[in-house]
Amino acid sequence: MKKLGTLTVGAIIAAAPAMADLVIPDLSYRTGPYAAGGIPFSDGYQDYFTLLNERDGGIGGEPIRLIECETGYNTEKGVECYESTKGEGALVYQPLSTGITYQLIPKAQADGIPLHTMGYGRTSARNGEVFNNVFNYPANYWDAASVAVNYLLDQNEGSLDGKTIALVYHNSAYGKEPIRTLQALGEKHGFSLTEIAVDHPGQEQKSQWLQIRRERPDYVLMWGWGVMNQVAIQEAANVRYPMEQFIGNWWAGAEHDVTPAGAAADGYLSLNMNTINPDAPIFEEIRTTVIEPGLGAGAGDNVGKVLYTRGMYAAMLAAEAIAKAQEIHGTSDITPEQMRDGMAALEMTEARMEELGAPNIGPVFAVSCQNHGGSGEALVQRWNASAGAFEPLTDFITPDTSVIDPLVEEDSLAYAAENNITPGCAE
Amino acid sequence: MPDTLLFSMEVALNGLMAGVMYALVALGFVLIFKASGIFNYAQGVMALFAAMTLVGIQNGQVPFAHLINAIFGTKIHHFGWQVPALLAILLTVLVMAVFAWAVNRFVFSKLVNQEPIILFMATIGLAFFLEGVADLMWGSEIKTLDVGLPQGINTWIDETTLNAFGYGFFIDNLDIVATIIAALLVVGLVLFSQYTKQGRALRAVADDHQAALSVGISLNFIWVLVWSIAGFVALVAGIMWGAKSGVQFSLSLIALKALPVLMLGGFTSIPGAIVGGLIIGVGEKLFEFLIGQPYLGGATENWFAYVLALLFLVFRPQGLFGEKIIERV
Repeated sequence: MKKLGTLTVGAIIAAAPAMADLVIPDLSYRTGPYAAGGIPFSDGYQDYFTLLNERDGGIGGEPIRLIECETGYNTEKGVECYESTKGEGALVYQPLSTGITYQLIPKAQADGIPLHTMGYGRTSARNGEVFNNVFNYPANYWDAASVAVNYLLDQNEGSLDGKTIALVYHNSAYGKEPIRTLQALGEKHGFSLTEIAVDHPGQEQKSQWLQIRRERPDYVLMWGWGVMNQVAIQEAANVRYPMEQFIGNWWAGAEHDVTPAGAAADGYLSLNMNTINPDAPIFEEIRTTVIEPGLGAGAGDNVGKVLYTRGMYAAMLAAEAIAKAQEIHGTSDITPEQMRDGMAALEMTEARMEELGAPNIGPVFAVSCQNHGGSGEALVQRWNASAGAFEPLTDFITPDTSVIDPLVEEDSLAYAAENNITPGCAE
Repeated sequence: MPDTLLFSMEVALNGLMAGVMYALVALGFVLIFKASGIFNYAQGVMALFAAMTLVGIQNGQVPFAHLINAIFGTKIHHFGWQVPALLAILLTVLVMAVFAWAVNRFVFSKLVNQEPIILFMATIGLAFFLEGVADLMWGSEIKTLDVGLPQGINTWIDETTLNAFGYGFFIDNLDIVATIIAALLVVGLVLFSQYTKQGRALRAVADDHQAALSVGISLNFIWVLVWSIAGFVALVAGIMWGAKSGVQFSLSLIALKALPVLMLGGFTSIPGAIVGGLIIGVGEKLFEFLIGQPYLGGATENWFAYVLALLFLVFRPQGLFGEKIIERV
């Protein structure tokens, strides 16, 4: 009986969370129809934290404890992952799905745990006075729409008057996000917008591309994800739509989106919120410190690719926010509320990115209590099929805040009214 | 000729071609249902598994490499060779035959005389199991399928219609190939079932299991045979759909496009699968062009296919070519 009691106590101690760790849940999706996008992001996210543990012993001397939870890009499973891990002392969630994000916003607000929805989720969460616990830096969907239009303005000597732009979008909350912004930008710049919806999963898009072939819009923008991207790029090639007039958003611009179409995808454009540089010092460190000793989350074949880089960049921003929170509160063992303070005071400078071994990996930006969205800048990249890589076509482009800011304010204040939130900074 | 009429003709032609692609998936369902009364929920995953196996063999990928590396600490991923497309297809057919044998040996032989719903549930389990095996065996990344199929606009049709109507029609070369392959497949299946001993045995089993057993036909052999043929059909569907999008896990969702085809064409008729596919393909594409895009915001195809199938069901519950079931008390 005594032995049984000892075993039970031992088991309880072993099962109890080590509260001194910095707990980072990774809501990944390595299975299901969207796994091809989820795997490299998660690999990058985890490998960066593993690097910090191996190289620095964590952040501020505090080890990081990663908890991976498979969502399958399914909203219900994502919420289950949140519920099952939040009690472990989770500091920040990267839900990696707009659907999951929408479900988690009220929960995270109630639990006081911050969300980082990097380039996805609810765009108006940029208003930090309404969404105290939600951060979507460095850019959001409306920024992306505006950056694409600004790029096109640049290509057309500053005028899109009389031009036609078609938006091919995933028929979901995610895909519909840019419509409002593009309509407002259309009114401002005089272009007409044709909205072309593609139902999930997007395996069949003949009707949509026949419409594009008939109407021949001057440009096609795409808000796609998963198989929709590969099929759209193939169909665009089939109907001989010029790739240099076809721009995907940053979730439609990874290597696996273009490779199935082969050489026909050459010249395809997409936005990106981070630069791609597989030779950056940080990747060399990850290869030697994480991948080669066999500590990598994956086989290491994704290191330096578009979505791996984005996952690593997301982890880098989380780690920087943790360090900032430790600095603000003078403790290494921070709480989720303190993490939020760190995120709200995050500043990414050129010098800091260089110091981290990832020069120019993202835009220079500073987060504040009011602005949780960063600078909103993104660049345009071009697929070089013979080199098998995306190449930057522009520097980071600034979005049109004169159009986006009123939209953010309108939408966030409507949310505040619906949910009885009095706008103000978190205390 | 007015533009709308020309565009409608182009849309209808493309609908026919899309219908053939749907029918390719539906054929696998029909074969298994006809022979064994099982609605095979795993047919879409079989298409995925077959296509992944084909690409894996072609590229000399080591199956279960991640598992092997995790257990033994090795770093092997490829054998370092490329297998010619035709040989890779033959090897994949062999793999699908082994899969058919295993399914019958380890699943359905244990479920003899069970209710159809139990068998259906077993195929749901099989679908998830097979998806997991495919992931472990070949990995989750998107694979480029290259078996030499042509893609892109058919320039002859484009130029001919341009000269005739002043507007060049778009028809994808891949769709033309799919149509030819589907026609060959149907002719092959009909010849097989009419003129070979195994084909006649298969028809006998489809008509009446017990009567077939009483004249010495091995049910096990016939079921392995029919699952093997369905595996081959799944491979063809996987190649055609995989050529468009790369081979990836969403390929299993093509089964959703086959369901309205089955409802419309009937679960027991091979010609029904083809005709059903054509009707669904043309119907959904024309509806999208004439009503969906101009008035409903587009993206109507997924649900309209089911509405169309339901309309047919109201008047012919057994589907266009299905067998009418009359039970007398």
